[in-house]
Amino acid sequence: MTNHAAVSCVGLKKHYSDVKAVDGIDLEVLRGECFGLLGPNGAGKTTTIEILEGLNTSDGGEVRILDLTWEHDEREIRERIGVSLQETQFSEKVTVYETLRLFRSFYRRGRDPEELLRGLSLEEKRDARVGKLSGGQKQRLGVACALVGEPEILFLDEPTTGLDPQSRLQLWDIVAGYRARGGTVLLTTHYMEEAERLCDRIAIIDHGKRIALGTPRELIARLEAPHIIDLTTLPALAEEDFASIPGFHGATRRAEAWQLRVDSLAASVPELIGIVEAKGVKLETLSTHAATLEDLFVALTGRELRDV
Amino acid sequence: MSEPRPIRSPLTELTIFRLKEFIREPDAVFWVFAFPLLLTVALGFAFREKPPDRIPVGVVDGPFAQRHLAAMKQSPALQPRVYSDREGKEALRRGKISLLVEGDAVPVYRFDPTRPESRTARVEVDDALQDGAGRHDAFAAREAHVTEQGSRYIDFLVPGLIGMNLMGTGMWSISFAVVNARLKKLLKRFLATPMRKVDFLGAQFLSRLVFLVVEVTVVTLFARLIFDVKVRGPLWVFCLLCLLGGAAFAGIGILVSSRARTLEAVSGLMNVVMMPMWICSGVFFSYERFPDAVKPFIRALPLTALNDALRAIVNDGAGAGEVLPQIINLSVWTVISALIGLKIFRWN
Repeated sequence: MTNHAAVSCVGLKKHYSDVKAVDGIDLEVLRGECFGLLGPNGAGKTTTIEILEGLNTSDGGEVRILDLTWEHDEREIRERIGVSLQETQFSEKVTVYETLRLFRSFYRRGRDPEELLRGLSLEEKRDARVGKLSGGQKQRLGVACALVGEPEILFLDEPTTGLDPQSRLQLWDIVAGYRARGGTVLLTTHYMEEAERLCDRIAIIDHGKRIALGTPRELIARLEAPHIIDLTTLPALAEEDFASIPGFHGATRRAEAWQLRVDSLAASVPELIGIVEAKGVKLETLSTHAATLEDLFVALTGRELRDV
Repeated sequence: MSEPRPIRSPLTELTIFRLKEFIREPDAVFWVFAFPLLLTVALGFAFREKPPDRIPVGVVDGPFAQRHLAAMKQSPALQPRVYSDREGKEALRRGKISLLVEGDAVPVYRFDPTRPESRTARVEVDDALQDGAGRHDAFAAREAHVTEQGSRYIDFLVPGLIGMNLMGTGMWSISFAVVNARLKKLLKRFLATPMRKVDFLGAQFLSRLVFLVVEVTVVTLFARLIFDVKVRGPLWVFCLLCLLGGAAFAGIGILVSSRARTLEAVSGLMNVVMMPMWICSGVFFSYERFPDAVKPFIRALPLTALNDALRAIVNDGAGAGEVLPQIINLSVWTVISALIGLKIFRWN
C-alpha cells in the first residue's frame, strides 16, 4: 500500500448470520480519482462503502482512509471526508440553508453554505423547507451536506438512484465540479452508464466479491470483442452452433435469448443468418450494439445488473 | 431570508435546529402547551369550590314513613325520598341512595358500611331522626370552614399537574424526536460527521429546557390568575425543581429511546415507564393510602419526588433545605439515566 491511496482495504469481510455480504474485497482508491463500485442490488456495495465510511464494522480485513485508521483516528477522518447515504431523510420542517449550516457547524473548517448552495443550483431553494423539495433537490442537499466540510474524499452511495435524467445530469456535474477542485470520489451505483461516465476506475462487485477491476475502457476490452449481437430463435440454438462464426469470443444464454460477443459485425452477422437458415429454426429477434460494462457483467455472471 | 448570523458551536446550532423543528410542528405544540392548559382548566372547574352535595337517602313507605321524611328534610345534609320496599333496596344496590331507612318508630338503617358516603349518611340520618323524635343536644357547636389557600383540592392538583406535564412532554418530545431521527437515518448521517455524540444529546436537553420554561410559566400563571394558586416558597427553588424535573425526564426520555427502532416500540416502553408514576406518584390523589411497605419505592420515583417537592414549595412555602432529598433524587435520576442512555445509544 502506498501513501498515495486515499482509501484502501485488504481482505474486507462482513457476514450476516450465514450470508457473506462482503467476502474478501481488496480496493485501492488513489487521490484525485473517481472510483466506482458497480454491481447489482444486494451485491454488497453498500455494506462495503459503509465499512469504509466507518458506519459499519467489518468481520475481517484492514481499512485505511488517508493513511489513518478508524480505530485510532475516527474524529480526524470524519473531519476530512464527506458522506452521502442512500436513504437519509432530512427534517422536513427546516429550510435548506438551516440544514446546511447545521452540518457546517460540525466541521472545524469548510465552505460557506451560501456559496455552496449557489454552486449546487440550490440558491433559489435556500429558504424552502426540505419537505417541499423534489427528489433531485433533496439529493443535491444531501451532497451539499457532504461537501460543506470541504472533504478530501467524497463517498456517494447510489447518488442517482430514483432520479429523473435531468437531476442525474446535475448530480454528475456536481461530482465533476468537486473533482476539478482536486477531490477524490468513491461511489456505488448499479447504473453502468453512470460508472462509465463518471469513474476513472471501476470495481465490479457481485455476491460480496470483486469480480473485475480497471478503467471502463480496460474492462470493456476484457470482453475481447467490441460488438454484441442479441439473438432469439425458436427453438434456441446451442453454443457449439456458433463456433464457425469468424471472430467469435463466446456467448451467454438467458432463457431463450443468446448474447454473442464478436469482433466484427460485417463478418459475423451474415454467417449467423446462414447458421439460422441451415438449422431450420425461426428467427425471432436480432439486434446489435457496441459492447458496454453491462455486457461485461453479463459475460462474467450470466445475469444483468438490473436483475435480483 | 433567515439572518446571516455567524455559525456557532455544534451544541448551539443543534439546539436551535431542534427548537425550529419543534415549533414548526403544530401538533407537537398543541400537545406540549395547549393540552396541559386544557387539562388544568377542566380539572380546576370539575373540582371547583362549591357547597357540599346533599346525600340522597331513602325511606321505605309505611306508617312511619312521612314522620321520618319530615325529620330528615330538616337536615341540610340530606336529600330524602320515599320508596317502596323493593324499589328502595334496588336504589340502594345501584348506589342511587346511600342509605335506606326501614322499620317503624325504631328505625333500621340499611347501608353498606364500607362506603364512606354511606357512613356519613348513617350519622346524618341518625341525627335528623333523633332530633325529630325530640332529642336534646348537650350543646350546638359552631363550625369553622376551611377555605385557606393550600388546603383546597386545586392547590393539591396544580403542582401535581405541573409535575405530570414535565414528565409527559419531556419524555414524549425527546423520545419521538430521537426515534424519528433514527428511523429517517438522520442519526446515521450525523454519525458520519465529526459531530460529537454528547453535543447531540446535550441539544436535546437544552431545547427541552427552553420549552419547559414556557410550559411551566403558562400553567403557573394560569393557575394563579384563575384559581388563585400562589407559590408560597422561594420562586428560585420552584424554578430549580422544575428544571431538575425537566432534566430528569429528559434523561429518562433519552434512556427509553436509546435503542428503540420504531415509534411503536418507543410508545410501548414509554407507557411502561410512565404508567406506574401516573398511578403511584400522587398526581391526582395522595399516595399516602398505599401500604407503608411500598412507600419507599414510590418516593424513589422521580415524579413522586418532583410532586412532593413542588407541593411543599407551592403550598407549604418550603425552601431549598426542606426539598433537598428530592433535589438529590432528581439529580441522581438525571445523571444515571443520561449516562446509561448515552452509553447504549443506537445511532445506526
